[in-house]
Amino acid sequence: MGASLATIWTLARKDLLLELRSRDIVLAIIVFALLVIAIFTFAIELTPSRSRDVGPGVLWAAVAFAGVLGLNRSFAVEAEGDTLDGLMLTPVSRELIFFGKLLGNFIFITIAEIVIFPVFEALFNISVLQVETIVIALLASIGFSAVGTAFAAVSVRVRSREIMLPLLFLPTSVPLIMAAVESTSAVVNGGSWSDFSDWLQLAIAFDVIFVIASAVLFQFVLEE
Amino acid sequence: MEPGSARDRLHILFDDARAEQKRAMAALPKIRLAWLGITAGLMALTLWMVFLWVPTEINQGNIQRSLYFHVPVAWTAMVAIALVAVASVAYLKTRDEKWDRLAVAGAETGVIFAALMLITGMVWAKPVWGVWWTGEAKLTTTLILFFIYVAYLMFRAYFPPGEQRRRLAAIIGLIGAIDTPIIYYGAQLWERAHPSAVVGRSVDGPVGLTLLVATVAFSVLFVYVAGERYRLRRQEDEVAALRRAISLQPSRSVSSTPSPGTTPESVGGAPAGGA
Amino acid sequence: MTTPAPVQQGSPTRATGTTQPAVLAVEAVGLEKSFGNSAVLRGLDMTVRDGEAVAIFGANGVGKSTLLRTLTTLTRPDHGSISVYGRDLSKEAESARLWLGAVLHSPMLYGDMTVRENLTFFGKMFRVPDLDERIEELVARLGLGARLEQRARELSHGYQKRAALARAMLHRPRVLLLDEAETGLDEPARKVLDTVIAEHRAAGHAVVMTTHSIERGIAESDRVFVLAGGRIALDAPSSRVTPDDVTDLYSDPGEA
Repeated sequence: MGASLATIWTLARKDLLLELRSRDIVLAIIVFALLVIAIFTFAIELTPSRSRDVGPGVLWAAVAFAGVLGLNRSFAVEAEGDTLDGLMLTPVSRELIFFGKLLGNFIFITIAEIVIFPVFEALFNISVLQVETIVIALLASIGFSAVGTAFAAVSVRVRSREIMLPLLFLPTSVPLIMAAVESTSAVVNGGSWSDFSDWLQLAIAFDVIFVIASAVLFQFVLEE
Repeated sequence: MEPGSARDRLHILFDDARAEQKRAMAALPKIRLAWLGITAGLMALTLWMVFLWVPTEINQGNIQRSLYFHVPVAWTAMVAIALVAVASVAYLKTRDEKWDRLAVAGAETGVIFAALMLITGMVWAKPVWGVWWTGEAKLTTTLILFFIYVAYLMFRAYFPPGEQRRRLAAIIGLIGAIDTPIIYYGAQLWERAHPSAVVGRSVDGPVGLTLLVATVAFSVLFVYVAGERYRLRRQEDEVAALRRAISLQPSRSVSSTPSPGTTPESVGGAPAGGA
Repeated sequence: MTTPAPVQQGSPTRATGTTQPAVLAVEAVGLEKSFGNSAVLRGLDMTVRDGEAVAIFGANGVGKSTLLRTLTTLTRPDHGSISVYGRDLSKEAESARLWLGAVLHSPMLYGDMTVRENLTFFGKMFRVPDLDERIEELVARLGLGARLEQRARELSHGYQKRAALARAMLHRPRVLLLDEAETGLDEPARKVLDTVIAEHRAAGHAVVMTTHSIERGIAESDRVFVLAGGRIALDAPSSRVTPDDVTDLYSDPGEA
């Protein structure tokens, strides 16, 4: 168990180190998401009530769309130097490789959200920096990285993978996006935990199911 | 190995294929024709019941009749997804190509039935609710599943044929199926949070009977269509196997190798992608 | 990290106490693999004994790389089985990978990480117990000292190959798989490669290599395979093979 966790961390830390050198992934997510949010501030005339109505939707659509960009990179990095093959040659089980990549992607998306949320709060004038929304954001990041890691691995060898990944990732993530939007809506409209407990349950169920399912299916992805 | 052996192998392969075809021709048409007959009969019965037999609904008028198509195609779309899921699991377990063919047949047919479900739903919603689209849970779920399985078929069209494509497609098909109940639960929560003018429908008497017959008819139709698609797939695979056998011949000239871009399978994956 | 040490040298399987004590390092039976509509391997059988260096020749596109990738567990054969020191790759791939070290066409290094970071990362993946010492040892052997802190992307082709060799040998594999490792190498790097192969043979381990340079391949191996028509068309001791024997089979594989 300890050794497995150490391996997962070694894998994730390797991704963090690469990201620190290239800044490909996190920067792409942040810039793209902020761009989407900024465009919406021009596209919609933002009155306070309208901000609360459409704001949560804009926020999570931006995160989901931007997240796809980052997820695409996460396996493109492995494909470029054929290091995916290098990973496959190690005696590490495929589940651990999956969890290592998942942890890396989770950290990237979370870092991006840490930057995106305050900017969103400033532009839309609604308060999303609350305990409730942070919990929601963590649940969303877990689900996004679970589904995203699996689908990024599936589409890494397909031509036009930049198109394929969003087509697979976005519809599959709809329940999670719904849960995040509705919960955030409840929070910015002054609701408390009990007002969106159903949605939280949905998000948790999504996370549990897809972390397990993706880990199990991942071993089939990387055969050749 | 003597030079003639590969050629002999090829002949054996051709003979096998021909014999198999004869056997198929002898046995299959009867079942297929019978099935086609049943399908046609049930469809005729459905049409008669829907348009002539069942009384017009008082509140909604004639438009309510589209429900007799809407509900059955929704049902068959769900059956199709279940078929994709089962066939995908079976493929990952056995690596037998027949399961892959079954999964594609299910996905292609499912995408078409899902599209029909969406169209009939919208046609019905416009006059009754005044809008084309509402957040009704089953419609939402079907729309998202439609997107997932269109992506599934697009993936197959983009990916070169072979074991890897079958395996990755099975994974996508399975994830979509796992997602289905989650999507449906989410769509229900969403519908509750955004109440629209959904009216409770009472389903009894002639309405219920018509729905039942229509559902059976569309299920039978689904089996027929998916079965035909499966057969076509298998024939495509047989052609591909023969091509492979030909390419195995120790050729002296390089030009006899068929170019990989023109394989029949690479074309075959595409059609339903735009459905 | 206090992790269990990988199984090190020593007899991995009990040698059968017959007159021929050779342990089979690699045994492949009935390998078949096709990509799309083209069959690459067609019922290929091969064995490599412990302490034996084998050179595989074959015309371009005949499937040498596919064969090597299949031996490394990267490619899964459609049919047939491979065992490495008696371990079936389809069932015990994870432990079998401890015996295998591979240098394939690309160096399989992270371009934005230094050579040391790459080696440390892969060493941890293999749970090499004395990782730092092992890296120092390999770096000295392969002449990588001056390049250790450079990013892999910035290295010349020759030094990338050396680093790839170091990555492949970190966990002290018993079977070294080299796919055209000498291609594009300058003279010093080539010498290093020769030394590595010679030392690996001398240590009683197995080497499986493909190469374009037939003379070199014959000189550095104990046995020669020629791959043609998806099978081993020639299997002969290197001492009894001339380059012409090999090239004859390139154009006319059916007549073996």
